[in-house]
Amino acid sequence: MSSAKSMMRKRKLKEFAGSLRRNKMAMTGTIILTIFILVAIFGPIVVPFSTLDFGDAEDMMQPPSSEHLLGTDDMGRDVLANLMSGARISLLCGFLATIISMVIGTIIGIASGYFGKAIDNVLMRFTDFFLVIPWLPLMMVLAAILGTSIWNIIFVIGITSWAGTARVVRAQTLSVKERQFVERTVSIGAGNIHIMIRHVLPNVFPLIFANTVLIAAVAITSETTLSFLGLGDTTRASWGMMLHYAFESGAASSGAWWYYLPPGLCVVLVVLSFALMGYAFDEIMNPKLKER
Amino acid sequence: MKLLEVKNLRTYFTISQGTVKAVDDVSFDLDHGEALGIVGESGCGKTTSALSIAKLLPKEGKIVGGEILLEGKDLAKLSDEEIQKHRWNDVSICFQGAMNALNPVMKIGEQIAEAIVLHHKSSEKDAMKKAAELLELVEIPGERINNYPHEFSGGMKQRVMIAMALACDPKIIIGDEPTTALDVMVQAQILNLLERLRTEFDMGFILITHDLSILAETCDKIAVMYAGRIVEKGSSEDIFQRTGHPYTKKLIKCFPDIKGNKRMMEGIPGAPPNMLEIPPGCPFHPRCEYAEEVCRRSMPDAIERDRGHFVACHRWEVMRSER
Repeated sequence: MSSAKSMMRKRKLKEFAGSLRRNKMAMTGTIILTIFILVAIFGPIVVPFSTLDFGDAEDMMQPPSSEHLLGTDDMGRDVLANLMSGARISLLCGFLATIISMVIGTIIGIASGYFGKAIDNVLMRFTDFFLVIPWLPLMMVLAAILGTSIWNIIFVIGITSWAGTARVVRAQTLSVKERQFVERTVSIGAGNIHIMIRHVLPNVFPLIFANTVLIAAVAITSETTLSFLGLGDTTRASWGMMLHYAFESGAASSGAWWYYLPPGLCVVLVVLSFALMGYAFDEIMNPKLKER
Repeated sequence: MKLLEVKNLRTYFTISQGTVKAVDDVSFDLDHGEALGIVGESGCGKTTSALSIAKLLPKEGKIVGGEILLEGKDLAKLSDEEIQKHRWNDVSICFQGAMNALNPVMKIGEQIAEAIVLHHKSSEKDAMKKAAELLELVEIPGERINNYPHEFSGGMKQRVMIAMALACDPKIIIGDEPTTALDVMVQAQILNLLERLRTEFDMGFILITHDLSILAETCDKIAVMYAGRIVEKGSSEDIFQRTGHPYTKKLIKCFPDIKGNKRMMEGIPGAPPNMLEIPPGCPFHPRCEYAEEVCRRSMPDAIERDRGHFVACHRWEVMRSER
């Protein structure tokens, strides 16, 4: 029986992978992201330079060469090495901030939709506050107060980006809680927590998932922005930090394209891959959007 | 002692437009192994009467009077926490429309086991074993506990609902239109299954439906409801052969007779009354061909016409002489 079960599971995974493969957008997004993840994991091991290999005066701001594939920065460090360890920080930041945002958004959304009335009102006004407040100044203030460590950046992005998720989850919860199986579960004596976790959550999960992928893109952009503005973790090389130093050292005006272009392109590509995947997941999981 | 005695039950809904007397002065009883059918048009209070027994009313609804005696204990007086012990252990409900009453993203077995875990505090594993046994009981292979609702047909989903209702060995099962969305063949299978289980476990069974023909086969006793009241109740022979109320007579005429002569189907003229403004006197009088002055003025009491056969109609003697 268990083999039948695992076979079923395999079949479903295959179906999911199949519809992913048929969907060109999702395929492109997945490939780009996979490359970046692999680079983030193995890149710094493969590249022979560390981000702390400061060069001598003659090594500074050197254009790409066979030794330094992407040239060097204003402190004589290898740009490629920085770029790869930047991928680690940016992706880590994106994933963790997204998880925080997803958890907060889901809890507030489900609680708000499920309990309704006063709780809904209070939670939704709270959500509206986060939704309308200009997030960049808020992030900057929070980052400045909390100090510039990567964990603070993750935390700040996490707690400022959940409002959209909460709204969407609440809307779906409102619809799910009126379904008859919830009434049935109440009648057998299940508590609110039980119903929310066992019945409502699995039914809103596809939505959360699709939404989450899009938030990951926002999180990575936010990290880059904060770092570029000098509110990032100065001890770690992230893409935002690289752009920050490139800007400060006047790389753009001195024509050192190898310094500012790669991190910029990386940010764009990663954000694009998340966006592509997000829309594609939405399409796969929401049959109404499926092309026939 | 009777298994269940409902005496003068009144359940009212308070909404912004006024008070809806969804169930008004309803009495019936049920014994072990007995099946009671409650029949009537939409909105006549049949589901509300049944849900009142398990106190599963929406928050606007309230039991304002009467007694619900389950083996002598009055459920109407119990608080929400106290009633919880009786729900499912004593009274369980087989919900209308099985396709909606099952969570689409949860395994069937887990959904059946839920009630067992919540009521008997048994482990998940034991509950799943019991769930498999319950599935066998409703003639579905036990290994299908790991399937999801969409992998079952409509009739099988209804069987799953029955298995769920049986989860805690209840004394009474309330079937709220358990066969409404099913085709006739499957309907018959489900009804046979319910009948078998009822006799096997000596349970009381309350069947709520708008389909009189189902009741004729399955129920020992039938109560006909109109506008929140029971207008006629008795054995199924009383209802079908010695029909005492003009409304019942009309209901029966709504169904074709396979054996008899060909005749046009008859509807009941008019519509069920607005429950916020129930007509004075007998609520059925605007639609009744026998209505007279007295029907417009006073509400008829339920009179025991024969043994156990109650009719609430001023004109029941005319009805009888006509037959």
